[in-house]
Amino acid sequence: MTTFTAPTIAWAELAPVLIVLGAGILGVGVEAFVPQRLRRTVQLVLALAATAGALVAVALLWHGVHKTGGSRLFDGAYILDGPALILQGIIVGLALLALLVIADRTSLGEDAFAPSGAAVPGSDYEQLARRKGLVLTEVYPLVLFATGGMMIFPAAGDLLLMFVALEVLSLPLYLLSGLARRRRLLSQEAAMKYFLLGAFASAFFLFGAALLYGFAGSIKLADIATATSSVLGMDSLLFAGLAMLLVGILFKVGAVPFHAWTPDVYQGAPTPITGFMAACTKAAAVGVLLRVVYVVLPGLRWELKPVLWTVAILTMLVGTVIAIVQTDIKRMLAYSAIAHAGFILTGVVAWNQRGISGTLFYLLAYGIASIGAFGVVSLVRETNDAGEVLGEATHLSQWAGLGKRSPLLAGAFTLFLLSLAGIPLTAGFTGKFAVFTAAVAGSATPLVIVGVIASAAAAFFYVRVIVLMFFTDAAGTAAERTTVVRSEGLTAAAISIAVAATILLGVLPSPVLTLVTQAAKFIP
Amino acid sequence: MQASSGFPWLTALIVLPVIGAAALWALPAASRRLVRPIALGVSLAVLVLAAAMALQFDTAAAGTHQFSELVSWIPAFGVSYAVGVDGVGLLMVLLSVILVPVVVLAAWREQGQDLGRLRHYLALVLLLEAFMIAVFSARDVFLFYLLFEAMLIPVYFMIGGFGGAQRRYAAVKFLLYSLAGGLVMLAGVIALYVSGPGGKGGFLVDSLVGVHLPVTTERLIFLAFFLAFAIKAPMFPLHTWLPDAAQNAPAGTSVLLVGVLDKVGTFGMLTLCLPLFPNASRWAAPAIVVLAVISVIYGALLAISQQDIMRLIAYTSVSHFGFIVLGIFAFSSVSVEGSSFYMFNHGLSTGGLFLLAGMMARRHGGSQRISDFGGLQKVTPVLAGLFLVVGLSALALPGLSPFISEFMVLVGSYGRQAPAAVVATIGVVLAALYILITYQRAFTGPVRAELADAKDATYRERWVIGPLIALMLVLGFYPAPALDLVRDPAKSTIEQVGVQDSVPTVQGAAVTGSAPTTAASEGGAK
Repeated sequence: MTTFTAPTIAWAELAPVLIVLGAGILGVGVEAFVPQRLRRTVQLVLALAATAGALVAVALLWHGVHKTGGSRLFDGAYILDGPALILQGIIVGLALLALLVIADRTSLGEDAFAPSGAAVPGSDYEQLARRKGLVLTEVYPLVLFATGGMMIFPAAGDLLLMFVALEVLSLPLYLLSGLARRRRLLSQEAAMKYFLLGAFASAFFLFGAALLYGFAGSIKLADIATATSSVLGMDSLLFAGLAMLLVGILFKVGAVPFHAWTPDVYQGAPTPITGFMAACTKAAAVGVLLRVVYVVLPGLRWELKPVLWTVAILTMLVGTVIAIVQTDIKRMLAYSAIAHAGFILTGVVAWNQRGISGTLFYLLAYGIASIGAFGVVSLVRETNDAGEVLGEATHLSQWAGLGKRSPLLAGAFTLFLLSLAGIPLTAGFTGKFAVFTAAVAGSATPLVIVGVIASAAAAFFYVRVIVLMFFTDAAGTAAERTTVVRSEGLTAAAISIAVAATILLGVLPSPVLTLVTQAAKFIP
Repeated sequence: MQASSGFPWLTALIVLPVIGAAALWALPAASRRLVRPIALGVSLAVLVLAAAMALQFDTAAAGTHQFSELVSWIPAFGVSYAVGVDGVGLLMVLLSVILVPVVVLAAWREQGQDLGRLRHYLALVLLLEAFMIAVFSARDVFLFYLLFEAMLIPVYFMIGGFGGAQRRYAAVKFLLYSLAGGLVMLAGVIALYVSGPGGKGGFLVDSLVGVHLPVTTERLIFLAFFLAFAIKAPMFPLHTWLPDAAQNAPAGTSVLLVGVLDKVGTFGMLTLCLPLFPNASRWAAPAIVVLAVISVIYGALLAISQQDIMRLIAYTSVSHFGFIVLGIFAFSSVSVEGSSFYMFNHGLSTGGLFLLAGMMARRHGGSQRISDFGGLQKVTPVLAGLFLVVGLSALALPGLSPFISEFMVLVGSYGRQAPAAVVATIGVVLAALYILITYQRAFTGPVRAELADAKDATYRERWVIGPLIALMLVLGFYPAPALDLVRDPAKSTIEQVGVQDSVPTVQGAAVTGSAPTTAASEGGAK
């Protein structure tokens, strides 16, 4: 007779995740029980309180994790070590910032989401929903679920939990991508592509996990790592399994050659969601990649080095080169996101402690600049002949002369672009310096050389936007019809926080660098 | 490096212009009239402060870094805020603080009556001044790199936001060239740190000097640094961004760009490349000397054929920078001294030329084509006289300070790189051509109708150019104060490179730093 022993649940260690997911479930209840006119307010307060609360919980846990190095919960299925906790902090902090942009209704009184996601684009029902002023407040719980999944993802110590977290974070994102208020067909197409390719990637991941189970007889990362040490030569189960697992993860990271979804999804998704995805999904996926690379792969680093190097170099080059020819600002930022994935990978494959801390810092710096940049994009709109404000002015030519009309907004955008380009005294430079130093110390100097060449080329397209905004006259061009809508205050707050953080992490990065350095130790 | 206690001179010099820039940007619209006085006042205050600091400088120990400050900044990367100047650094700081008030004064009537735009421009000038002072006094490789790159941003806006017809193109070309060089240098900076002692002060120049590097590593890192400096300087064949930038930037921007910023390139070669990578420097010197000589001749030849006066001055600078680099990589204490002094003189002389060209252009509706001018001598005699004197300084006329430095570079280089020095001498002759032909075309001959009622140099304009000429005259006849500053640093640089100093001898007597003074007076009969 088998007895069932209930697992002991370490509530405190799980608090950050539980708060976010709990608030998500509460949010579903809010949809059912709170009258419509109050829903947005309640959802917004709930979501902001949950993310802020989770951030506090992370901060409270830090002391213990720093002292003990972390703990293994549920028999090693959930590992709360330094990198996992810091990543949870980064993800939930960035989610808080992204929520501010998501919630903003601007001076037009409408948010970035379709009034009714189920309405067929262009149908009478859609018109009706718009006239009635319906608001899609389900967005908030969806964002919270995705955030919860992202927080579990890098803390997962076995492949099964990792897969569950992957799905929990992916499914809400597929939905959110399809909910844009304007250009709905483009948005739905993006969601469809994301879903199909994401499903493929998930299948790869799952099949890889199955093969690894076949190889090691366990789904625990630590056991797989132990098993790799006894391998001689090429073990087909191990390498096929690892390859498939990495495909699944690199898809989420947005690394070449698994990047094809990025530009379409970034362009089609509602802009605030794009910012959220760019910042948080990347942090979560890179976090998992870090864990796999540093916990499972050390014994196999010589075998896998050529593969990861190739992926990193391709990602930097393809992202940069294609971004140069883009004419749509969201697509440009999407390709720049790919290039940044490549820069991050140089830190990941450094295989040293500096690599971990540098990557963590880079994720934070990149995430802040991304949310800020997409927040700015969400405010720059085009108008029709009647002067009516329409959707976002995403074509680059429409940004001409923005610096003259909205110097502050254009100035903030310039700062984010400079940070993405890695100009000194911005957070982006500190991050780039951190990963490149790690890579040189880890004898990956060729990657750094490709990295600096790609950075120089990347500077071109960032600078081009600055030139457009400040030095190009809008008179007589399509840009005359571009207007900037006023934020309700939330996006403005998010942009201000992002500006302050970008400068602070560029000028005085020491406290954060110390923090990530102290945290940069995985426990198996 | 020992951080000396006492007044933080350099930090004060860096912070003051930043405060000035912030004040300009924060100025309410109602008091915009104060823009010009505030900018001039701040820049003069910086000048006074720098002069007071220079008086405190111990010339007897000019080879050591003084006014040092050291604070750990980013311990995780081994980065410190470390500043300090030796004689050369002090000279470059002085050059920056002298040129900034001049530029502010020259920009008095620029941007029309649009005080809002002028405010941005002057604020950028002050911000740039802070960066310039900081970069010349940085004693931490990371800090130097940071400023080297961050400086691009104000200059980029100064060209792109306020320049001429092709300003966007010029600004982007400038930025991309510089960024490309800078990012390659970044790889070098990282590699240097990783191979250095590391730790908390791992980026301090003092802890990196003397670090033994493997031969290939040292050469690669040297090349990474040198590439960035050669783009900045600019040297043939990496100079093509400069004529475009100078042609399209406002005159004041060109003064700071060519007069001061480009010196960061040669300054970096002198104070970073040579001490940090002595073996690689010796290894690369022959090739660099050849490139320097090509720069001298090529820049001068192209200058002769230019139609646009700003481009012309830019090409003359390519030629002058060739001399400076030649002097640095000839590795004799006289040539290095000469190059250090040359950096200072070139700032005065070329700065003056750019400003005068800007004044000429303003008298002809902004035209910079030399063929649009003629006979200005009769209409604007004072302007013509100023142009002639400053022009003669650019061709190194004895009695003006550029002569001394050019002479020292040639004499110093001759002992070690005789063929190069001989070929470079052709550059001196070509200099006479490009200056005098330009003077002839623009100032002599019949007066052009549209220039008939051009106004002569105003008092403000005389005050802009006057100090520069006065300084060149004083240092032309009595260069000892400046040479005292550069002699010891040059000696210690030569020691660090590890070559036997080659002392040129004239009639059996060793030429020392003060000898060119006599040479100057002898040369007067030339």
